[in-house]
Amino acid sequence: MKNLPVDVYAALDEVPLGISILGKDRKILFINRALEAMSGFSRGESEGLPCSSVLRFSNCIENCPLGGVAEREKKALEGDIITQDHQKIPVLVTFAPLINGRGRITGYIETVEDLRKRRMVDPIRIHPFSFGDIIGRSPQMEKIFKFLPAIAQSDSPVLITGQIGTGKDLLASAIHYASSRSKNPFVIFRCGALPDILIESELFGHEKGAFPGATENKPGKFRFAQNGTLFIAEVGDLPPSLQLKLLTYLDEKTIYPLGGTRNFSADVRVIAATSLNLEQIARGGHFRKELFFRLNAVSLHLPPLKDRDGDIRLLLEHFMRSHASAQKKTLLGFSSECLKVLEEYTYPGNVLELKHIAEYAVNICRDEIIGLRDLPAYLTEHFEDLVAPIAGPSASPVETSVEDGMDWSAVERKMITNALIKAKGRRSRAAQLLGWGRSTLWRKMKHYGLAAPGDEGLREIGQ
Amino acid sequence: MKKVLLALYGNDIAPRFDLAPEVQIVTFDREGGEEVKTIVLPRASAETLCQIAIAENIEAVICGGIEEEYLQYLRWKKIEVIHSVIGPAEAALPRFRLGGLKPGDILVERRKQ
Repeated sequence: MKNLPVDVYAALDEVPLGISILGKDRKILFINRALEAMSGFSRGESEGLPCSSVLRFSNCIENCPLGGVAEREKKALEGDIITQDHQKIPVLVTFAPLINGRGRITGYIETVEDLRKRRMVDPIRIHPFSFGDIIGRSPQMEKIFKFLPAIAQSDSPVLITGQIGTGKDLLASAIHYASSRSKNPFVIFRCGALPDILIESELFGHEKGAFPGATENKPGKFRFAQNGTLFIAEVGDLPPSLQLKLLTYLDEKTIYPLGGTRNFSADVRVIAATSLNLEQIARGGHFRKELFFRLNAVSLHLPPLKDRDGDIRLLLEHFMRSHASAQKKTLLGFSSECLKVLEEYTYPGNVLELKHIAEYAVNICRDEIIGLRDLPAYLTEHFEDLVAPIAGPSASPVETSVEDGMDWSAVERKMITNALIKAKGRRSRAAQLLGWGRSTLWRKMKHYGLAAPGDEGLREIGQ
Repeated sequence: MKKVLLALYGNDIAPRFDLAPEVQIVTFDREGGEEVKTIVLPRASAETLCQIAIAENIEAVICGGIEEEYLQYLRWKKIEVIHSVIGPAEAALPRFRLGGLKPGDILVERRKQ
Protein backbone atom coordinates (compact mmCIF):
# COMPACT_ATOMS: atom_id res chain seq x y z
CA MET A 1 0.00 0.00 0.00
CA LYS A 2 2.81 2.35 0.91
CA ASN A 3 4.12 2.26 -2.64
CA LEU A 4 0.82 3.16 -4.28
CA PRO A 5 1.12 6.45 -6.16
CA VAL A 6 -2.37 7.47 -4.94
CA ASP A 7 -3.85 8.55 -1.65
CA VAL A 8 -6.02 5.55 -0.73
CA TYR A 9 -8.16 7.56 1.70
CA ALA A 10 -8.84 10.18 -0.99
CA ALA A 11 -9.81 7.33 -3.34
CA LEU A 12 -12.22 5.92 -0.74
CA ASP A 13 -13.84 9.35 -0.58
CA GLU A 14 -14.81 8.99 -4.22
CA VAL A 15 -16.64 5.68 -3.67
CA PRO A 16 -20.42 6.32 -3.60
CA LEU A 17 -20.87 3.75 -0.81
CA GLY A 18 -20.37 4.39 2.90
CA ILE A 19 -17.07 2.91 4.11
CA SER A 20 -15.60 2.80 7.58
CA ILE A 21 -12.33 1.33 8.76
CA LEU A 22 -12.22 0.13 12.35
CA GLY A 23 -9.36 -0.79 14.62
CA LYS A 24 -9.16 -4.14 16.35
CA ASP A 25 -11.02 -2.58 19.30
CA ARG A 26 -13.91 -1.73 16.89
CA LYS A 27 -13.30 1.98 17.23
CA ILE A 28 -13.44 4.12 14.12
CA LEU A 29 -10.19 5.02 12.36
CA PHE A 30 -11.69 6.43 9.17
CA ILE A 31 -15.03 7.05 7.50
CA ASN A 32 -15.33 8.12 3.88
CA ARG A 33 -17.29 11.08 2.58
CA ALA A 34 -20.32 8.98 1.61
CA LEU A 35 -20.61 7.68 5.18
CA GLU A 36 -20.13 11.20 6.54
CA ALA A 37 -23.09 12.27 4.41
CA MET A 38 -25.21 9.30 5.41
CA SER A 39 -24.51 9.28 9.15
CA GLY A 40 -24.17 13.04 9.67
CA PHE A 41 -20.91 12.53 11.61
CA SER A 42 -17.81 14.17 10.17
CA ARG A 43 -14.55 12.24 10.00
CA GLY A 44 -13.07 14.23 12.87
CA GLU A 45 -16.12 13.73 15.07
CA SER A 46 -16.25 9.98 14.52
CA GLU A 47 -12.55 9.18 14.90
CA GLY A 48 -11.78 7.09 17.98
CA LEU A 49 -15.45 6.45 18.84
CA PRO A 50 -17.06 3.02 19.08
CA CYS A 51 -18.58 2.01 15.75
CA SER A 52 -22.00 1.35 17.38
CA SER A 53 -22.20 4.97 18.64
CA VAL A 54 -21.56 6.47 15.22
CA LEU A 55 -23.24 4.07 12.82
CA ARG A 56 -26.05 3.14 15.25
CA PHE A 57 -26.79 0.10 13.11
CA SER A 58 -29.68 -1.93 14.52
CA ASN A 59 -27.73 -5.20 14.35
CA CYS A 60 -24.68 -3.64 16.08
CA ILE A 61 -26.78 -2.85 19.08
CA GLU A 62 -28.76 -6.08 19.31
CA ASN A 63 -25.94 -8.40 18.33
CA CYS A 64 -22.60 -6.98 17.18
CA PRO A 65 -21.63 -8.81 13.96
CA LEU A 66 -17.95 -8.51 14.87
CA GLY A 67 -18.40 -9.88 18.35
CA GLY A 68 -18.94 -13.56 17.59
CA VAL A 69 -16.45 -16.35 17.29
CA ALA A 70 -16.72 -16.21 13.52
CA GLU A 71 -15.34 -12.67 13.28
CA ARG A 72 -12.97 -13.76 10.54
CA GLU A 73 -15.90 -14.28 8.21
CA LYS A 74 -17.30 -11.69 5.88
CA LYS A 75 -20.91 -10.88 6.74
CA ALA A 76 -23.69 -8.89 5.12
CA LEU A 77 -26.64 -7.81 7.22
CA GLU A 78 -29.72 -5.73 6.51
CA GLY A 79 -31.01 -3.38 9.17
CA ASP A 80 -31.31 0.32 9.77
CA ILE A 81 -29.26 3.19 11.12
CA ILE A 82 -30.29 6.39 12.90
CA THR A 83 -28.49 9.45 11.61
CA GLN A 84 -27.49 12.66 13.36
CA ASP A 85 -30.52 14.19 11.58
CA HIS A 86 -32.76 11.69 13.42
CA GLN A 87 -33.64 9.78 10.26
CA LYS A 88 -33.99 6.00 10.24
CA ILE A 89 -32.39 4.72 7.02
CA PRO A 90 -32.62 1.10 5.84
CA VAL A 91 -29.14 -0.16 5.01
CA LEU A 92 -27.16 -3.20 3.97
CA VAL A 93 -23.89 -3.40 5.90
CA THR A 94 -21.07 -5.75 4.99
CA PHE A 95 -18.31 -6.48 7.47
CA ALA A 96 -14.94 -8.02 6.70
CA PRO A 97 -11.83 -8.44 8.84
CA LEU A 98 -8.55 -6.86 7.71
CA ILE A 99 -5.89 -9.55 8.02
CA ASN A 100 -2.18 -8.87 7.87
CA GLY A 101 0.54 -10.98 6.23
CA ARG A 102 0.89 -13.09 9.37
CA GLY A 103 -2.79 -14.00 9.35
CA ARG A 104 -3.69 -11.73 12.27
CA ILE A 105 -6.73 -9.48 12.39
CA THR A 106 -5.62 -5.86 12.45
CA GLY A 107 -9.01 -4.25 12.09
CA TYR A 108 -12.24 -4.34 10.15
CA ILE A 109 -13.78 -2.70 7.12
CA GLU A 110 -17.49 -1.98 6.82
CA THR A 111 -19.44 -0.87 3.79
CA VAL A 112 -22.85 0.71 4.23
CA GLU A 113 -25.34 0.77 1.37
CA ASP A 114 -28.40 3.02 1.59
CA LEU A 115 -31.38 0.84 0.64
CA ARG A 116 -33.95 3.60 0.31
CA LYS A 117 -33.75 3.73 -3.45
CA ARG A 118 -33.87 -0.04 -3.80
CA ARG A 119 -36.92 -0.20 -1.49
CA MET A 120 -38.71 2.41 -3.53
CA VAL A 121 -38.66 0.14 -6.57
CA ASP A 122 -39.26 -3.07 -4.61
CA PRO A 123 -42.48 -4.52 -6.15
CA ILE A 124 -43.57 -5.93 -2.76
CA ARG A 125 -43.43 -2.53 -1.14
CA ILE A 126 -44.95 -0.51 -3.95
CA HIS A 127 -48.46 0.66 -3.14
CA PRO A 128 -50.81 1.08 -6.11
CA PHE A 129 -51.65 4.68 -5.14
CA SER A 130 -48.23 6.02 -4.27
CA PHE A 131 -45.10 7.86 -5.28
CA GLY A 132 -42.11 6.82 -3.21
CA ASP A 133 -43.41 6.52 0.34
CA ILE A 134 -46.29 8.93 -0.20
CA ILE A 135 -49.68 7.31 -0.45
CA GLY A 136 -52.90 8.86 -1.68
CA ARG A 137 -55.64 8.43 -4.24
CA SER A 138 -57.45 11.70 -3.69
CA PRO A 139 -57.69 14.01 -6.73
CA GLN A 140 -55.45 16.47 -4.81
CA MET A 141 -52.66 13.88 -4.46
CA GLU A 142 -53.14 12.47 -7.98
CA LYS A 143 -52.45 15.96 -9.29
CA ILE A 144 -49.16 16.08 -7.35
CA PHE A 145 -48.17 12.56 -8.44
CA LYS A 146 -48.77 13.60 -12.08
CA PHE A 147 -46.20 16.42 -11.84
CA LEU A 148 -43.59 14.60 -9.75
CA PRO A 149 -41.74 12.61 -12.45
CA ALA A 150 -41.13 15.78 -14.48
CA ILE A 151 -40.06 17.73 -11.38
CA ALA A 152 -37.73 14.90 -10.36
CA GLN A 153 -36.04 14.90 -13.75
CA SER A 154 -35.44 18.65 -13.79
CA ASP A 155 -32.61 20.03 -11.70
CA SER A 156 -34.34 23.20 -10.48
CA PRO A 157 -34.72 24.11 -6.82
CA VAL A 158 -38.10 23.07 -5.43
CA LEU A 159 -40.23 24.63 -2.71
CA ILE A 160 -42.60 22.29 -0.87
CA THR A 161 -45.30 23.87 1.25
CA GLY A 162 -47.80 22.26 3.58
CA GLN A 163 -48.83 22.03 7.20
CA ILE A 164 -46.83 20.08 9.76
CA GLY A 165 -47.22 16.33 9.30
CA THR A 166 -48.30 16.44 5.64
CA GLY A 167 -45.17 14.59 4.47
CA LYS A 168 -42.88 17.31 3.09
CA ASP A 169 -39.77 15.25 3.99
CA LEU A 170 -41.17 12.20 2.19
CA LEU A 171 -42.00 14.23 -0.88
CA ALA A 172 -38.47 15.68 -1.01
CA SER A 173 -37.00 12.21 -0.60
CA ALA A 174 -39.30 10.81 -3.32
CA ILE A 175 -38.18 13.57 -5.73
CA HIS A 176 -34.53 12.80 -4.99
CA TYR A 177 -34.87 9.05 -5.47
CA ALA A 178 -36.76 9.50 -8.73
CA SER A 179 -34.09 11.87 -10.07
CA SER A 180 -30.80 11.26 -11.84
CA ARG A 181 -29.06 12.15 -8.55
CA SER A 182 -30.58 9.16 -6.74
CA LYS A 183 -27.28 7.28 -6.40
CA ASN A 184 -25.77 10.21 -4.55
CA PRO A 185 -26.58 11.48 -1.05
CA PHE A 186 -29.90 12.88 0.10
CA VAL A 187 -29.01 15.13 3.01
CA ILE A 188 -31.51 16.76 5.35
CA PHE A 189 -30.84 20.03 7.13
CA ARG A 190 -33.06 21.36 9.92
CA CYS A 191 -32.35 24.83 11.24
CA GLY A 192 -33.66 24.11 14.73
CA ALA A 193 -32.99 26.56 17.53
CA LEU A 194 -29.29 27.02 16.76
CA PRO A 195 -27.36 30.30 16.85
CA ASP A 196 -26.78 31.81 13.37
CA ILE A 197 -23.07 30.97 13.37
CA LEU A 198 -23.75 27.30 14.07
CA ILE A 199 -26.42 27.14 11.38
CA GLU A 200 -23.91 28.60 8.93
CA SER A 201 -21.28 26.11 10.03
CA GLU A 202 -23.70 23.16 9.76
CA LEU A 203 -24.85 24.20 6.30
CA PHE A 204 -21.74 25.60 4.64
CA GLY A 205 -18.99 24.10 6.83
CA HIS A 206 -16.17 25.88 8.59
CA GLU A 207 -12.40 25.97 8.72
CA LYS A 208 -10.50 25.17 11.88
CA GLY A 209 -10.36 28.27 14.11
CA ALA A 210 -13.25 30.05 12.34
CA PHE A 211 -14.88 30.75 15.71
CA PRO A 212 -14.19 29.78 19.34
CA GLY A 213 -14.73 26.05 19.66
CA ALA A 214 -14.05 25.29 15.96
CA THR A 215 -11.20 22.93 16.71
CA GLU A 216 -11.46 20.99 13.47
CA ASN A 217 -12.52 21.58 9.87
CA LYS A 218 -16.17 20.78 9.31
CA PRO A 219 -17.36 19.89 5.81
CA GLY A 220 -20.98 21.13 6.13
CA LYS A 221 -24.17 19.76 4.59
CA PHE A 222 -23.46 21.10 1.09
CA ARG A 223 -20.22 19.14 0.89
CA PHE A 224 -21.96 16.04 2.27
CA ALA A 225 -24.65 16.39 -0.40
CA GLN A 226 -22.20 16.79 -3.29
CA ASN A 227 -23.79 15.46 -6.52
CA GLY A 228 -26.97 14.74 -4.59
CA THR A 229 -29.81 16.70 -3.02
CA LEU A 230 -29.93 18.93 0.04
CA PHE A 231 -33.32 19.18 1.70
CA ILE A 232 -33.73 22.28 3.87
CA ALA A 233 -36.66 21.72 6.22
CA GLU A 234 -38.38 24.91 7.42
CA VAL A 235 -36.44 27.27 5.15
CA GLY A 236 -38.49 30.15 6.61
CA ASP A 237 -36.47 29.80 9.84
CA LEU A 238 -33.18 30.52 8.02
CA PRO A 239 -31.59 33.73 9.36
CA PRO A 240 -31.44 36.65 6.85
CA SER A 241 -27.64 36.49 6.42
CA LEU A 242 -27.87 32.82 5.47
CA GLN A 243 -30.80 33.44 3.14
CA LEU A 244 -28.40 35.63 1.16
CA LYS A 245 -25.69 32.97 1.27
CA LEU A 246 -28.16 30.35 0.04
CA LEU A 247 -29.25 32.68 -2.75
CA THR A 248 -25.59 33.16 -3.71
CA TYR A 249 -25.17 29.39 -3.93
CA LEU A 250 -28.27 29.02 -6.12
CA ASP A 251 -26.87 31.67 -8.50
CA GLU A 252 -23.15 30.82 -8.47
CA LYS A 253 -23.07 27.16 -7.35
CA THR A 254 -20.16 28.07 -5.10
CA ILE A 255 -19.82 27.51 -1.37
CA TYR A 256 -17.82 29.73 0.96
CA PRO A 257 -17.09 27.85 4.21
CA LEU A 258 -17.09 29.94 7.38
CA GLY A 259 -13.65 31.33 8.13
CA GLY A 260 -12.22 29.80 4.97
CA THR A 261 -10.18 31.50 2.30
CA ARG A 262 -10.96 28.92 -0.36
CA ASN A 263 -14.38 28.34 -1.88
CA PHE A 264 -15.47 25.18 -3.65
CA SER A 265 -17.86 24.43 -6.48
CA ALA A 266 -20.79 22.39 -5.35
CA ASP A 267 -23.23 20.45 -7.47
CA VAL A 268 -26.19 20.08 -5.16
CA ARG A 269 -29.89 20.32 -5.89
CA VAL A 270 -31.76 22.25 -3.22
CA ILE A 271 -35.25 21.28 -2.12
CA ALA A 272 -36.68 23.56 0.55
CA ALA A 273 -39.83 23.16 2.59
CA THR A 274 -41.91 25.33 4.85
CA SER A 275 -45.12 25.13 6.82
CA LEU A 276 -45.34 28.93 6.81
CA ASN A 277 -46.85 31.22 4.21
CA LEU A 278 -43.48 32.21 2.76
CA GLU A 279 -44.95 34.61 0.24
CA GLN A 280 -46.64 36.59 3.01
CA ILE A 281 -43.47 36.53 5.10
CA ALA A 282 -41.44 37.74 2.12
CA ARG A 283 -43.99 40.51 1.55
CA GLY A 284 -43.61 41.51 5.20
CA GLY A 285 -39.86 41.78 4.71
CA HIS A 286 -38.86 38.85 6.96
CA PHE A 287 -37.72 36.60 4.11
CA ARG A 288 -35.69 37.64 1.07
CA LYS A 289 -38.03 38.10 -1.88
CA GLU A 290 -35.33 37.08 -4.39
CA LEU A 291 -34.80 33.79 -2.55
CA PHE A 292 -38.55 33.19 -2.37
CA PHE A 293 -38.91 33.77 -6.13
CA ARG A 294 -35.89 31.57 -6.86
CA LEU A 295 -37.22 28.69 -4.74
CA ASN A 296 -40.85 29.15 -5.75
CA ALA A 297 -40.11 28.65 -9.46
CA VAL A 298 -41.08 25.01 -8.93
CA SER A 299 -43.41 24.63 -5.99
CA LEU A 300 -45.62 21.87 -4.66
CA HIS A 301 -48.29 22.22 -2.02
CA LEU A 302 -49.26 19.25 0.11
CA PRO A 303 -52.89 19.65 1.21
CA PRO A 304 -53.96 19.03 4.83
CA LEU A 305 -55.21 15.47 5.34
CA LYS A 306 -58.78 16.60 6.04
CA ASP A 307 -58.95 18.04 2.51
CA ARG A 308 -57.70 14.84 0.84
CA ASP A 309 -60.91 13.12 -0.25
CA GLY A 310 -60.86 9.40 0.53
CA ASP A 311 -57.25 9.28 1.70
CA ILE A 312 -57.96 8.89 5.43
CA ARG A 313 -59.32 5.38 5.00
CA LEU A 314 -56.58 4.38 2.57
CA LEU A 315 -53.87 5.58 4.95
CA LEU A 316 -55.50 3.98 7.98
CA GLU A 317 -55.56 0.60 6.24
CA HIS A 318 -51.98 1.06 5.08
CA PHE A 319 -50.55 2.00 8.49
CA MET A 320 -52.66 -0.63 10.26
CA ARG A 321 -51.27 -3.33 7.94
CA SER A 322 -47.67 -2.19 8.18
CA HIS A 323 -47.70 -1.88 12.00
CA ALA A 324 -49.57 -5.18 12.40
CA SER A 325 -47.07 -6.93 10.15
CA ALA A 326 -44.13 -5.42 12.07
CA GLN A 327 -45.63 -6.66 15.33
CA LYS A 328 -46.67 -10.00 13.82
CA LYS A 329 -50.33 -9.42 14.66
CA THR A 330 -53.35 -10.52 12.65
CA LEU A 331 -55.75 -7.64 12.28
CA LEU A 332 -58.69 -7.59 9.89
CA GLY A 333 -59.51 -3.90 10.03
CA PHE A 334 -61.47 -1.25 11.92
CA SER A 335 -65.02 -1.54 13.28
CA SER A 336 -67.61 0.66 11.55
CA GLU A 337 -68.04 3.01 14.55
CA CYS A 338 -64.27 3.29 14.83
CA LEU A 339 -64.03 4.23 11.16
CA LYS A 340 -66.77 6.83 11.67
CA VAL A 341 -64.72 8.50 14.39
CA LEU A 342 -61.51 8.32 12.39
CA GLU A 343 -63.09 9.65 9.21
CA GLU A 344 -64.84 12.50 11.00
CA TYR A 345 -61.73 13.62 12.89
CA THR A 346 -59.94 16.68 11.47
CA TYR A 347 -56.30 15.56 12.05
CA PRO A 348 -54.55 18.82 12.97
CA GLY A 349 -51.30 16.80 12.93
CA ASN A 350 -52.16 15.45 9.46
CA VAL A 351 -50.71 12.14 8.20
CA LEU A 352 -48.17 12.00 11.04
CA GLU A 353 -50.98 12.09 13.60
CA LEU A 354 -52.98 9.47 11.70
CA LYS A 355 -49.89 7.25 11.61
CA HIS A 356 -49.47 7.54 15.38
CA ILE A 357 -53.16 6.81 15.96
CA ALA A 358 -52.92 3.66 13.81
CA GLU A 359 -49.74 2.59 15.62
CA TYR A 360 -51.37 3.16 19.02
CA ALA A 361 -54.49 1.21 18.02
CA VAL A 362 -52.46 -1.73 16.68
CA ASN A 363 -50.45 -1.80 19.93
CA ILE A 364 -53.52 -1.69 22.16
CA CYS A 365 -55.90 -3.93 20.18
CA ARG A 366 -56.27 -7.46 21.54
CA ASP A 367 -58.91 -8.62 19.01
CA GLU A 368 -58.87 -8.96 15.26
CA ILE A 369 -60.91 -5.81 14.71
CA ILE A 370 -59.80 -2.42 16.02
CA GLY A 371 -62.64 -0.91 18.03
CA LEU A 372 -63.38 2.41 19.70
CA ARG A 373 -61.72 1.34 22.94
CA ASP A 374 -58.44 0.83 21.07
CA LEU A 375 -58.27 4.48 20.02
CA PRO A 376 -56.52 7.24 22.01
CA ALA A 377 -58.92 8.77 24.56
CA TYR A 378 -58.95 12.21 22.96
CA LEU A 379 -60.56 10.74 19.85
CA THR A 380 -63.36 8.95 21.65
CA GLU A 381 -64.15 12.09 23.62
CA HIS A 382 -64.52 13.74 20.22
CA PHE A 383 -66.86 10.89 19.26
CA GLU A 384 -69.07 11.59 22.30
CA ASP A 385 -69.55 15.07 20.85
CA LEU A 386 -70.39 13.60 17.47
CA VAL A 387 -73.05 11.20 18.70
CA ALA A 388 -74.52 13.50 21.36
CA PRO A 389 -78.00 14.82 20.51
CA ILE A 390 -77.77 18.21 18.90
CA ALA A 391 -78.89 20.86 21.32
CA GLY A 392 -81.03 23.81 20.34
CA PRO A 393 -79.32 27.09 19.49
CA SER A 394 -79.82 28.51 22.94
CA ALA A 395 -78.72 25.40 24.80
CA SER A 396 -75.38 25.47 26.52
CA PRO A 397 -73.22 22.34 26.65
CA VAL A 398 -73.50 22.65 30.42
CA GLU A 399 -77.07 23.28 31.34
CA THR A 400 -77.46 25.14 34.60
CA SER A 401 -80.80 26.05 36.07
CA VAL A 402 -80.88 29.52 37.55
CA GLU A 403 -82.90 29.77 40.70
CA ASP A 404 -84.42 32.97 42.01
CA GLY A 405 -82.07 35.10 44.06
CA MET A 406 -78.87 33.53 42.64
CA ASP A 407 -76.18 36.07 41.77
CA TRP A 408 -73.66 35.59 38.93
CA SER A 409 -71.04 34.07 41.23
CA ALA A 410 -73.48 31.42 42.39
CA VAL A 411 -74.52 30.66 38.80
CA GLU A 412 -70.88 30.39 37.70
CA ARG A 413 -70.01 28.13 40.64
CA LYS A 414 -72.94 25.87 39.77
CA MET A 415 -71.90 25.84 36.09
CA ILE A 416 -68.41 24.68 37.04
CA THR A 417 -69.76 21.97 39.33
CA ASN A 418 -72.14 20.71 36.63
CA ALA A 419 -69.39 20.71 34.03
CA LEU A 420 -67.08 18.74 36.32
CA ILE A 421 -69.81 16.19 37.01
CA LYS A 422 -70.56 15.86 33.30
CA ALA A 423 -66.85 15.48 32.53
CA LYS A 424 -66.47 12.85 35.29
CA GLY A 425 -63.93 15.03 37.06
CA ARG A 426 -61.67 15.55 34.01
CA ARG A 427 -60.79 19.22 34.16
CA SER A 428 -59.67 19.59 30.56
CA ARG A 429 -62.97 18.13 29.34
CA ALA A 430 -64.91 20.35 31.77
CA ALA A 431 -63.05 23.41 30.47
CA GLN A 432 -63.91 22.35 26.92
CA LEU A 433 -67.60 22.02 27.82
CA LEU A 434 -67.59 25.47 29.36
CA GLY A 435 -65.69 26.90 26.41
CA TRP A 436 -62.87 28.09 28.67
CA GLY A 437 -59.15 27.48 28.80
CA ARG A 438 -57.92 25.02 31.44
CA SER A 439 -56.11 27.77 33.32
CA THR A 440 -59.31 29.88 33.44
CA LEU A 441 -61.21 26.92 34.86
CA TRP A 442 -58.46 26.27 37.41
CA ARG A 443 -58.37 29.92 38.48
CA LYS A 444 -62.14 30.02 38.93
CA MET A 445 -62.15 26.68 40.78
CA LYS A 446 -59.65 28.12 43.23
CA HIS A 447 -61.71 31.31 43.49
CA TYR A 448 -64.86 29.37 44.40
CA GLY A 449 -62.99 26.97 46.69
CA LEU A 450 -63.66 23.98 44.42
CA ALA A 451 -60.01 22.84 44.26
CA ALA A 452 -58.68 20.51 46.92
CA PRO A 453 -55.80 21.93 49.00
CA GLY A 454 -52.41 21.01 47.50
CA ASP A 455 -54.06 19.97 44.25
CA GLU A 456 -51.71 20.84 41.42
CA GLY A 457 -54.65 20.99 39.09
CA LEU A 458 -53.01 21.37 35.74
CA ARG A 459 -50.50 18.57 35.89
CA GLU A 460 -52.66 16.01 34.15
CA ILE A 461 -50.59 13.32 32.45
CA GLY A 462 -50.62 13.52 28.70
CA GLN A 463 -52.20 16.96 28.46
CA MET B 1 -37.43 17.64 42.50
CA LYS B 2 -36.28 16.75 39.00
CA LYS B 3 -36.80 13.44 37.23
CA VAL B 4 -34.57 12.26 34.41
CA LEU B 5 -34.76 9.12 32.28
CA LEU B 6 -31.58 7.57 30.89
CA ALA B 7 -31.93 5.07 28.03
CA LEU B 8 -29.26 2.48 28.77
CA TYR B 9 -27.31 -0.26 27.09
CA GLY B 10 -25.27 -1.93 29.80
CA ASN B 11 -23.51 0.84 31.70
CA ASP B 12 -23.56 3.21 28.73
CA ILE B 13 -26.12 5.57 27.28
CA ALA B 14 -27.79 3.42 24.62
CA PRO B 15 -26.61 4.38 21.13
CA ARG B 16 -30.26 4.20 20.03
CA PHE B 17 -33.33 5.24 21.98
CA ASP B 18 -35.54 2.66 20.23
CA LEU B 19 -33.20 -0.23 21.05
CA ALA B 20 -32.44 0.56 24.70
CA PRO B 21 -33.09 -2.64 26.66
CA GLU B 22 -33.35 -0.85 29.99
CA VAL B 23 -33.93 2.58 31.47
CA GLN B 24 -32.85 4.26 34.63
CA ILE B 25 -35.11 6.86 36.21
CA VAL B 26 -33.28 9.17 38.57
CA THR B 27 -35.16 11.56 40.87
CA PHE B 28 -33.12 14.40 42.33
CA ASP B 29 -34.53 16.00 45.46
CA ARG B 30 -33.85 19.50 46.70
CA GLU B 31 -31.57 18.30 49.49
CA GLY B 32 -29.11 16.83 47.00
CA GLY B 33 -30.24 13.21 47.34
CA GLU B 34 -31.19 10.99 44.47
CA GLU B 35 -33.41 7.98 44.03
CA VAL B 36 -32.64 5.54 41.24
CA LYS B 37 -35.13 3.15 39.68
CA THR B 38 -34.15 0.74 36.90
CA ILE B 39 -36.70 -0.74 34.51
CA VAL B 40 -35.74 -3.65 32.28
CA LEU B 41 -37.94 -3.71 29.20
CA PRO B 42 -39.39 -6.98 27.93
CA ARG B 43 -38.85 -5.70 24.37
CA ALA B 44 -36.98 -2.56 23.35
CA SER B 45 -39.44 -0.07 21.90
CA ALA B 46 -39.46 3.69 21.42
CA GLU B 47 -43.24 3.82 22.05
CA THR B 48 -42.84 2.07 25.40
CA LEU B 49 -40.06 4.46 26.42
CA CYS B 50 -42.23 7.45 25.49
CA GLN B 51 -45.12 6.03 27.53
CA ILE B 52 -42.81 5.50 30.52
CA ALA B 53 -41.45 9.04 30.21
CA ILE B 54 -44.97 10.51 30.24
CA ALA B 55 -46.39 8.26 32.97
CA GLU B 56 -43.40 8.97 35.23
CA ASN B 57 -43.58 12.76 34.69
CA ILE B 58 -40.04 12.79 33.36
CA GLU B 59 -38.56 16.23 32.70
CA ALA B 60 -35.51 15.19 30.66
CA VAL B 61 -34.51 12.16 28.61
CA ILE B 62 -30.83 11.35 28.01
CA CYS B 63 -30.22 9.07 25.06
CA GLY B 64 -28.12 8.39 21.98
CA GLY B 65 -29.63 8.55 18.49
CA ILE B 66 -33.38 9.11 18.37
CA GLU B 67 -35.79 9.14 15.45
CA GLU B 68 -37.35 12.47 14.53
CA GLU B 69 -40.92 11.47 15.33
CA TYR B 70 -40.09 10.40 18.90
CA LEU B 71 -37.92 13.47 19.42
CA GLN B 72 -40.75 15.73 18.33
CA TYR B 73 -43.30 13.79 20.37
CA LEU B 74 -41.27 14.08 23.57
CA ARG B 75 -40.64 17.77 22.95
CA TRP B 76 -44.36 18.27 22.32
CA LYS B 77 -44.93 16.69 25.73
CA LYS B 78 -42.52 19.33 27.13
CA ILE B 79 -39.81 16.80 27.87
CA GLU B 80 -36.26 17.97 27.23
CA VAL B 81 -34.36 15.49 25.06
CA ILE B 82 -30.58 15.42 25.40
CA HIS B 83 -29.81 13.17 22.47
CA SER B 84 -26.68 11.86 20.72
CA VAL B 85 -24.87 11.50 24.03
CA ILE B 86 -22.02 8.99 23.85
CA GLY B 87 -20.51 7.52 26.99
CA PRO B 88 -21.24 5.90 30.34
CA ALA B 89 -24.34 6.83 32.33
CA GLU B 90 -22.22 7.52 35.40
CA ALA B 91 -20.43 10.30 33.50
CA ALA B 92 -23.63 11.74 31.98
CA LEU B 93 -25.57 12.00 35.22
CA PRO B 94 -23.30 14.34 37.22
CA ARG B 95 -22.87 16.55 34.16
CA PHE B 96 -26.64 16.71 33.74
CA ARG B 97 -27.08 17.54 37.41
CA LEU B 98 -24.72 20.49 37.05
CA GLY B 99 -26.69 21.65 34.01
CA GLY B 100 -23.80 21.07 31.61
CA LEU B 101 -25.01 18.10 29.54
CA LYS B 102 -25.82 19.02 25.94
CA PRO B 103 -27.00 17.06 22.89
CA GLY B 104 -24.03 15.48 21.12
CA ASP B 105 -21.78 15.39 24.20
CA ILE B 106 -19.06 12.75 24.00
CA LEU B 107 -18.08 11.46 27.43
CA VAL B 108 -15.55 8.84 26.42
CA GLU B 109 -11.85 9.28 25.97
CA ARG B 110 -10.98 9.08 22.32
CA ARG B 111 -7.83 7.53 21.01
CA LYS B 112 -7.00 9.32 17.77
CA GLN B 113 -4.45 7.94 15.34
